[in-house]
Amino acid sequence: MKRVASILALTLVCVGCSDNPKTDAAGPSDAPTGQILINGAGATFPYPIYSKWFDQYHRLFPQIQMNYQSIGSGGGIRQVIEGTVDFGATDSPMTDAQLTGAKTKILHFPTVLGAVVPAYNIPGISEEINFTPEALAGIFLGKITKWNDPELKRVNAALNLPNKGIVVVHRSDGSGTTYVWTDYLAKVNPEWKSKVGINTSVNWPAGLGGKGNEGVAGLIKQTPYSIGYLEFIYAIHNKMAYGKVRNSADNFVKAELASVAAAAARVVKTIPADFRVSITNAPGHDSYPISSFTWLLIPSKIPDPAKKQAMTDFLHWMLDDGQEMVETLAYARLPKELVDMEQKAIASIE
Amino acid sequence: MQPTTTATDRADARRRAPAFARQMQNGDRIAHFTTFIFAGTIILITVFLFYELYASSYLTREKFGWRFLTGTTWDPVALEFGALPFIYGTLVTSILALIIGVPLGVGAAIFLAELAPMGISAVLAFIIELLAAVPSVIYGLLAIFTLVPFLRDYIAPVLESALGFLPLFQGASYGFSLLAGGCILAIMILPFIISISREVLLAVPRDQREASLALGATRWETAWHIAVPNAKAGIMGSIFLALARALGETMAVTMVIGNAPRINLSLFAPGYSIAAAIANEFSEATSNMHISALIELGFVLFCITILVNAVARLLILTTTRKGAVV
Repeated sequence: MKRVASILALTLVCVGCSDNPKTDAAGPSDAPTGQILINGAGATFPYPIYSKWFDQYHRLFPQIQMNYQSIGSGGGIRQVIEGTVDFGATDSPMTDAQLTGAKTKILHFPTVLGAVVPAYNIPGISEEINFTPEALAGIFLGKITKWNDPELKRVNAALNLPNKGIVVVHRSDGSGTTYVWTDYLAKVNPEWKSKVGINTSVNWPAGLGGKGNEGVAGLIKQTPYSIGYLEFIYAIHNKMAYGKVRNSADNFVKAELASVAAAAARVVKTIPADFRVSITNAPGHDSYPISSFTWLLIPSKIPDPAKKQAMTDFLHWMLDDGQEMVETLAYARLPKELVDMEQKAIASIE
Repeated sequence: MQPTTTATDRADARRRAPAFARQMQNGDRIAHFTTFIFAGTIILITVFLFYELYASSYLTREKFGWRFLTGTTWDPVALEFGALPFIYGTLVTSILALIIGVPLGVGAAIFLAELAPMGISAVLAFIIELLAAVPSVIYGLLAIFTLVPFLRDYIAPVLESALGFLPLFQGASYGFSLLAGGCILAIMILPFIISISREVLLAVPRDQREASLALGATRWETAWHIAVPNAKAGIMGSIFLALARALGETMAVTMVIGNAPRINLSLFAPGYSIAAAIANEFSEATSNMHISALIELGFVLFCITILVNAVARLLILTTTRKGAVV
């Protein structure tokens, strides 16, 4: 029994002392080894390129360790507002209300470009289907319900579209992909704007929901005559059939690195100073209309000088050498003018 | 007079007791105290959970009140939240799971405990317990690739042609539906029902069975009229444990249910469950109202499980009392 009591006492002591390391852990960058630890969290869409960047950067500068948790854009915004991470990442720019709610001013830095594509599964049709903005909005509003609807047949004269009901598939989880998709539909269709709106998750007028890109892709593959939207990269890696979309210059464009980059290049001249801009439905003959930036969220005041130095160094590197790596992972790189603007903006971090 | 004598006796004993025994008494007190703390922690955690869910959902509770439970719109853009489609989906899939799972599970348990040779029974029981350890995401994946197409191509047409006059079996079937959610839940709760029911049936005293057989009953009659009524409370317990699991299951359900927050009588239509909605939307919920709505959904699910557990207790109480009378 004495033994039991002593074990008990020991555990109590242990419970007591476990409080201390926790307070130490708050400032690992102050560790005597000179290691600088930078924590970030946010969007899942750029996770592959971010993890590659952070890994490469750590190899170049072993004393700098950047951790990134891909918990979703919403979580990234929340954590950077509360200041529990050193930087955040998001696929949808922060709203004015969110920016004013933050303790320090938050800066947006576009990192790479992505796109969203309409993917479908129609037995017997392997060709690319042309989609007008009206057709996409009509389908996702639940108004165009057959594959041989006149709106679809009009621009796909060569295809024998079947007289079958359309099964609409959308994301069920909140997602930056949904934000880009609804942002596009709201720009091209006033009814979508007033009835559904723009958000990371919305009240869908029609269809089935799948969790994540893999969930939507699974639903499309398993359901004949279905259509959904996927991240461009995911559609490519999984060889999903996806269609062309008519852009604002009345040209049917397929999502490709070049057409996505073209959309960004067209918008660069009018980009606001804080880089919060939507590039869906961009002008230009060869712009893919459902393209988007993804952003790093950096506080404008970083009190720890070592951390500040590491963060700004990384941003410069990301805009320079980092951009050389993005295309191997099927992200489109930033236009040259934008890179120059961002290089200048880094100086505003204090 | 008596109390004083015992008191003096005890005092005597204590004086005479060796140091060893005194320590034993001391150890007892420590054990009592520690286990009491452990038990108390559980209650504290439950109370804390309840309070935290209630407190963190004050935004939506204030804005919508009871309307939250009856509203059918879930619109994160317009910040209009109603939980009824989720409550409906959760209850329908869970009840469906019980309708399919209980006869199968209890039947299998009766076979394993009463009729099967002991060797086969032990091997099968082991395999069934393995099934309970399979992660739910695996069940979900299997369901997407096998169960959903099977339901869509074979089961739904048969149900529609045979029972199509009922609103339950009407409309287009995509496979991803309340029916698929119910089926995958039924498969997932089977191991719980079977293994617990089998253990309970095996615990029925041997004398009871021998008496029944001696009176000329067949093995089946013995199993159905003697063993099952004896084990009723335990079997009910296993069913309610299964129901609690079905109500809270998240991953497998969200993969096959279709995730559409609409109330539809047809089992072929897609639906949504509370746990699936929380898992899907929480990570990207940016507005405080949206987060509050999701937490209140969690609170509603918590209340539903408590309610189900309370009903389970009542049912077990009444059925066992009935059993004692007969």
